[in-house]
Amino acid sequence: MSVTRTNQQTAARGYTFIPWNRVLVYACALFVLCWSVGPFLWQMSSSLQLDKRLVSGNPTLLPNPITFGHFINIFVGKSFQRYIVNSIIVAGTTTFLCLLFGAIAAFALARLEIRGRFGILGVILAVSMFPQIAIVAPLYMLASQFGWLDTYRVLIIVYLALGLPLVIWVLFGYFRTIPQSIDEAARIDGARPLAIFFLITLPMSLPGVVTTGLLSFIAAWNEFMFALAFTSDINHQTVPVGIANFTDVHYIPWGDIAAASVVVTLPLVVLVLTFERHIIAGLTGGAIKE
Amino acid sequence: MAIAKTLSREADLRPPEMRFRIGRPWPALLLVPALAAIAAVSVYPVILGLWLSLRDTTLASRTDAFVGLENYQQLCSDSQFWNAWIHTMEFTSASTVLETLIGLVIALILAQRFLGRGLVRAAMLVPWAIPTVVTSKMFGWLFDGQNGVVNYLLRSVGLLHGNVNWYGSPDLALWTIVIADVWKTTPFMALLLLAGLQTIPYSLSEAALIDGASSWQRFWCVKLPLLAPTLLIAAMFRALDAFRIFDLVYVITGGGPADSTEVLSTLTYKILFSALLFGYGSALSTAMFITEIFIALGFGIFILRKFKEAAQ
Repeated sequence: MSVTRTNQQTAARGYTFIPWNRVLVYACALFVLCWSVGPFLWQMSSSLQLDKRLVSGNPTLLPNPITFGHFINIFVGKSFQRYIVNSIIVAGTTTFLCLLFGAIAAFALARLEIRGRFGILGVILAVSMFPQIAIVAPLYMLASQFGWLDTYRVLIIVYLALGLPLVIWVLFGYFRTIPQSIDEAARIDGARPLAIFFLITLPMSLPGVVTTGLLSFIAAWNEFMFALAFTSDINHQTVPVGIANFTDVHYIPWGDIAAASVVVTLPLVVLVLTFERHIIAGLTGGAIKE
Repeated sequence: MAIAKTLSREADLRPPEMRFRIGRPWPALLLVPALAAIAAVSVYPVILGLWLSLRDTTLASRTDAFVGLENYQQLCSDSQFWNAWIHTMEFTSASTVLETLIGLVIALILAQRFLGRGLVRAAMLVPWAIPTVVTSKMFGWLFDGQNGVVNYLLRSVGLLHGNVNWYGSPDLALWTIVIADVWKTTPFMALLLLAGLQTIPYSLSEAALIDGASSWQRFWCVKLPLLAPTLLIAAMFRALDAFRIFDLVYVITGGGPADSTEVLSTLTYKILFSALLFGYGSALSTAMFITEIFIALGFGIFILRKFKEAAQ
């Protein structure tokens, strides 16, 4: 009897009862951990290994000897920095505009009187579900009419529109959690809605704004199809197109590809791990608790 | 001061969204930049695409005439199209089912308390954050037919005797892509389902526990029915997304070998930007769109039924 009670008490705290259950949980957790980071670790290791070690038929996780040759190859031989600069310009501008337009729209929807706000939100969500391949051809024709092919502009505008639905939805959720009485107090003190937005709502939801910014940056940084279709020279192509085109005539330069992957992914991984909690909250509508 | 107090008291009586009554139409103006961008880049092109699908627009020969439903007739008898359609459906079902099931298992594990849970949860965001093109190249290297580390590992544990040419053989290529997609997307699915699991009040499974339910019964009879709507919605979004797969296929196999991994997005892309058949390509993307609507409707009916069951 006393044993059952202890079990129930431990269960009530969220623990499973039998020790081997715990072992199973840890084994599964370890598996999930290795499965999630394993492939990227191997990519990091590959980027530091000599080509002849990579094809030796006897791969090792720890590079021996360590070489930076692949990194030198991609920057000196393949001007990889050009793609990185393009990507930073495109993704950076997209993020800024997404946050500006998206936050203003989310503020209006969450805090001001707008008729049919849930209808508008629903339409925005539905639009974000459109298959992107369905808009690439018409957009290509429009862009070529405007002479916008091979420009940053066309990518920024497309990514802006593709990123806005998520930004509006996530920020709408954040703004709704700020007590309405705060707006009211400011209004009584004579603040106009735009002042309330910039001086109160935005600073109060800074974690949300940072997360959403990060999400739209990652989306723009990673996008491939539109970049592939709309740009054809190295002066405007983004990182994913650059990596996709990494091939040599005679063999696939796996080491160089690994080095490029590490260069463009490591900053993202660091950012994501830093803002992990906020990102998960943003993506799941704040439903995951500690 | 007194007036302000009266005003605020009055304001309190109105429903929250009415409090900001300004009497001018300008709150709607704040929506204009965002909605204009979405309309210009998503809504207008979709309509333009429908119009293009009724024309024989070809960029190479500069033809551009109205042909009615001719493109769609041609589509129905196009074996390349049906081949890609079947591959896309296979990929969509396989990846959706696998990602939902594995995601559910991972979510159930992460719902437990254990040391380092935060670390595991953070690590799960890594596959999600990596650009899909990088994922593609990464799996291209992992599953390389000659020097791939997957072949090496499977040979070392004795599961394989010789090297397998994963994405180089028509039988395995699509499955290799499914594996890459499962790797990339399952963690995200798990986080969504974990969010759903955590909204289920603990008191419910506690009540079942007191009634003597085993942990399996608590999962099957208490948690799963309550999680069903979340599960279905997550699976629907996943299926719609998987149906559009482009990056992985384009980079890993380019649709080959022998068209065995050609999916609708890659086929459409080739018809648009290699053959420059914008009219026919638009008919293809419209067909994709229609299939997506049917997928969404199928899930939608199922989800509504679940919600009705829950309401009763």
